[in-house]
Amino acid sequence: MTLLLAAFDPPYWLSTLIKVVVVSAVVPTTALILGMVFLFKIMSWMQSRLGPQEAGPRGTLQLLADGVKFLQKEDIAPNGADRWVFKVAPLVVLMSTLLLYVALPASLHLVVADLDVGVFFVLAISSLSVIGVLMAGWASASKYSLMGALRAAGQLIAYELPMVLAVIGVIIQAGTMSLNGIVLAQNDGSIFGWGGIGFPYILTQFVGFFIFIAAVQAELTQPPFDMPVAESEIVSGYQVEYTGFRFLIFFLAEFATAFAFAAIAAVLFLGGWAVPWLPTSSDWYYVLGPIVLFAKVMMVAFIIFWVRFTYPRFREDQLQSLAWKVLIPLALVNIVVTAALKVVL
Amino acid sequence: MPPKPKVPGLIKGLGVTFGEMVKTLKDGPQTTRYPHEREEVSPRARGVIALHEENCTSCMLCARECPDWCIFIEAHKYLAPPRREGGKPRQKNELDRFDIDFSLCMYCGICVEVCPFDALFWSPEHEYSEVRIADLLHDKSRLDQWMQTVPDYEPYEAGADAKVKKVPR
Repeated sequence: MTLLLAAFDPPYWLSTLIKVVVVSAVVPTTALILGMVFLFKIMSWMQSRLGPQEAGPRGTLQLLADGVKFLQKEDIAPNGADRWVFKVAPLVVLMSTLLLYVALPASLHLVVADLDVGVFFVLAISSLSVIGVLMAGWASASKYSLMGALRAAGQLIAYELPMVLAVIGVIIQAGTMSLNGIVLAQNDGSIFGWGGIGFPYILTQFVGFFIFIAAVQAELTQPPFDMPVAESEIVSGYQVEYTGFRFLIFFLAEFATAFAFAAIAAVLFLGGWAVPWLPTSSDWYYVLGPIVLFAKVMMVAFIIFWVRFTYPRFREDQLQSLAWKVLIPLALVNIVVTAALKVVL
Repeated sequence: MPPKPKVPGLIKGLGVTFGEMVKTLKDGPQTTRYPHEREEVSPRARGVIALHEENCTSCMLCARECPDWCIFIEAHKYLAPPRREGGKPRQKNELDRFDIDFSLCMYCGICVEVCPFDALFWSPEHEYSEVRIADLLHDKSRLDQWMQTVPDYEPYEAGADAKVKKVPR
């Protein structure tokens, strides 16, 4: 089976088709999994309730039922809305999510495009969603949407910086910007000559990991950084005028992005698709790689959502000053220390 | 000054949610899966208003005090035989109709409070939903059935002079 996969070398059009189908199938699936496992189940448990129980066995199909409900709704655009921009905006947000999955490696060869500057690509593409959010907020012709969109833009730009700076530490240590290269560097590495668990960068870059997770939290505009969609003051921010499947797309994009960011964190800090005791050149990774990556993603996603379900919302000014006055200086210090140690050791 | 995040408090908060999750998985949740298992309502819950018909004198106090006029009372007078030999026949009120429209009732309990003859009681019974809203108008026979579900008065604290009242059933 694994050898069969390794020998499989399709023509260009077929491989492109397979990649398109796989990415467009994986994105909603991951969003469903995260929504089901964390938003419905773990959140319920943390609030001492059971969560959905009726739809499907033990309520596992609840999110599917909710999705179908969204599809039934009327697709409304407000009277003063810039209709074209209004309708395209969710797709722009979804596009940025889809493109994120392009560079994520599920094993050495199971990757849509193995870019040399994968980290750079992923971080750049993830900030495309700001454009979609601004489009949504501006085209909705509603003051709540506009406020929410501007808050979201300010927040996403502010937290883009610590995120990029946190990753730089990893790049310095690995000496490469390729996501696969970083995975290989971690799993073929060794700690002072002992290669028992490889060398996952969370051991040295724990500050970077912490900053990255905090910034991811803000990028996803979820609690405690959910000021752009704070329902108590601006209803639902830039999503307020959206109904039906366009709202669903926003939801889908948010959770698929959460999965993608968790995957990036897993690749950068936890060793990605590889397990330490199996050499990275093994053909087993055609099957094992996605499973290992998924397990690590679920661990990171648990942290992300655990924080989400625990903390109350930051005020707008606190949110900005946390980014500019705490996280960015911390990330800069982290870079300096990492660079110095890289030269010294 | 940027607001300093209070780190120990933040970690404690994470501990609370994680502990709650473990507790839910181990000991079960605080909630009950209602239609599948019956919930435990507190004995003094305001579920429904029960009527003890013998105690009612048709004085109309409840109907008049009801804020949203959901109590309907009709009665007629009749002559009851005298208590002692050769006495005057007594005038009494016979209750013809005592309806409470639970689609209007807001469960304030004023009727129970004002009733001078202990004819109205709170019962924790709550499963009496109907498909049609008009079916929520319940007559005195139905209200009387709910008397069976009225809990006893709780005993007073030790040393109290007053005797605990009995619920007429």
